Amino acid sequence: MSEPDGWQRLHPLSPIVRGGRVTIGMAFVILPTVFGAGKSRPELIELGVLGVLVALGFLSWLVTRWRVDQDDLQIEMGLLRRQSLRFPLSQVQAIDVVRPGLARLFGVAELRLRMGGASGKSARLAYLHEREVEPLRRRLLKLAERGVEEPGEPVQEVAHDERVLARVPTGRLVASILISDVGIVAEAVAVGMIATIVVAPGAAAGVAGGGAVWIISVAQLVWRRFNQEYRLSVVAAPDGLLLRGGLIALTAETIRPGRVQAVRMVEPFLWRRLGWCRLEVDLAGRQRSEGEGQAQRRALRTVLPVGSRALAEELLDHLLPDRPRAQEPAPRRVRWKSPLRYRMLAWGRTTSCVATTSGRLRRATNWVPLEKAQSLRRVQGPVQRRLRLASVHVDTAGRSVHAVIRDRDVVEADGALEELVASARAARRAMNKRPLTGDPRCGPLGASSRLSFTGRARPPWSGDEGGQAL
Amino acid sequence: MWRRPSARLLALRRVQVAVVAVAAAVAAGVGGSTAGLAPALGSVAAVLAAGVAAEWFVRRRVHAWAYAEREDDLLVRRGVMFSRLSVVPYGRMQFIDVTAGPFERSFGLATVRMHTAAAASDARIPGLEREEAARLRDRLAERGESQAAGI
Repeated sequence: MSEPDGWQRLHPLSPIVRGGRVTIGMAFVILPTVFGAGKSRPELIELGVLGVLVALGFLSWLVTRWRVDQDDLQIEMGLLRRQSLRFPLSQVQAIDVVRPGLARLFGVAELRLRMGGASGKSARLAYLHEREVEPLRRRLLKLAERGVEEPGEPVQEVAHDERVLARVPTGRLVASILISDVGIVAEAVAVGMIATIVVAPGAAAGVAGGGAVWIISVAQLVWRRFNQEYRLSVVAAPDGLLLRGGLIALTAETIRPGRVQAVRMVEPFLWRRLGWCRLEVDLAGRQRSEGEGQAQRRALRTVLPVGSRALAEELLDHLLPDRPRAQEPAPRRVRWKSPLRYRMLAWGRTTSCVATTSGRLRRATNWVPLEKAQSLRRVQGPVQRRLRLASVHVDTAGRSVHAVIRDRDVVEADGALEELVASARAARRAMNKRPLTGDPRCGPLGASSRLSFTGRARPPWSGDEGGQAL
Repeated sequence: MWRRPSARLLALRRVQVAVVAVAAAVAAGVGGSTAGLAPALGSVAAVLAAGVAAEWFVRRRVHAWAYAEREDDLLVRRGVMFSRLSVVPYGRMQFIDVTAGPFERSFGLATVRMHTAAAASDARIPGLEREEAARLRDRLAERGESQAAGI
């Protein structure tokens, strides 16, 4: 399937897989016709429509091609509106392999590169043969790390240094979803439905009809969570942290070292009694381009859907080796301002990282490496002024996790701001100076996990896309 | 070390308040006149009083704006009720934009805004005189280039 200049095509079956639900629907409509008896007129029309769709799909496959050119991935597509896309590999934030149910049926997989940069879209190669995907992923990651491909370098087929860090047992996943916020809502809905059916069978249909949107959306939320996090395993590979899992749609995500903007640990109210928590990672890029799967639309990457504190700590050692404990409690007078949150508020810092906890019923702990801090803010509202309190925000390029040192004494907040500004400056300088294989000390995914640090810095105006080496 | 927006910013904000207040007063007067003269005068007076109160708020808010260029970062201070102090390192800057709406343009003013990769970063300075806005833009761009850091 290859052409001169290294241009390659996608898998010939990709239009069918990309059709997704449409394809399945078509199969249901058309198959009875094909195997059915008569050749009446409506059936001929159906066949005609099918023929046109197949032709269009084939055409789209024919005009789409891709290649790896030095340190760029190039994709060309479109017949009438020809598009040539170029993705600099040095800006890759993460590489995912996604396999929806239909793709698994046909033995194909999608490769998705999440890019940084202000307008950062993701590059999608949908779909490739299952065999090709893994070597290509490794090759792209290697290119992203080193910049240039050494000629004649063999692409390694086997990962030699993989180590499974965590695996989520299905029973625990089910239990955790059942007692999570989404799960409880779903149970309430289910109980309500059953009660209605028992008490007034006649009204049940009406209730189900009225609340259909609700019921479906709640069911979808629960299902999506289960589908994504089923049998999730976390592996420390030489090219980053590898997350694999999924029930019907399989995903394999690679988080590159040094690309973690923030880490969050969430302990919902009911989980706390069982000592469970959830660990999520935030990466750069705030785009929500259309046409992307659901996996892309969710804001955070779940590293550990549910696990014990000890397991979470172990994973955190890989993500942020030098991390502080949030143990500095808030002043007592804060309970007048936020009585529920008061007990949760705490913060802590080292020279390279800051940690904060917050939350009302659930507890969320956020860690932000200071080398990722984009800006710092001190904010004081009217109530805070009365109580001589202030908050300090540490903003990152991630989508949703920021560290907020909430409700501290004014003197403490000012001191913290001053110190954090200085530490962030030092961390930034250290990162800029750091060579490619760099300093294990403070980067997320440092040397303690036997990974090489690869966050390269470039001046912001040297690249094209929003101009950042991300 | 701290610099303030141009004194004309206050004039601009006053004009904006006055325009809104007068328009609201006219509307209140017309609306109230259907019920008689006294309600009409009363509502006009109430609206104008609100306008005067707004002027007081606006003045305090304008005086709260300040910025300082330090060696490695830009400080921006603003807000009265919610007071904010932003520290934005030059190295984190992605781009700067200078905008001037019709009101600002007629007063010869412009707003300079520094963008970082974080959406929450808030480094906006309104009401700068045109030369100062241009100077600040060039200065920030220059410093951003020399201190640039990867994300």
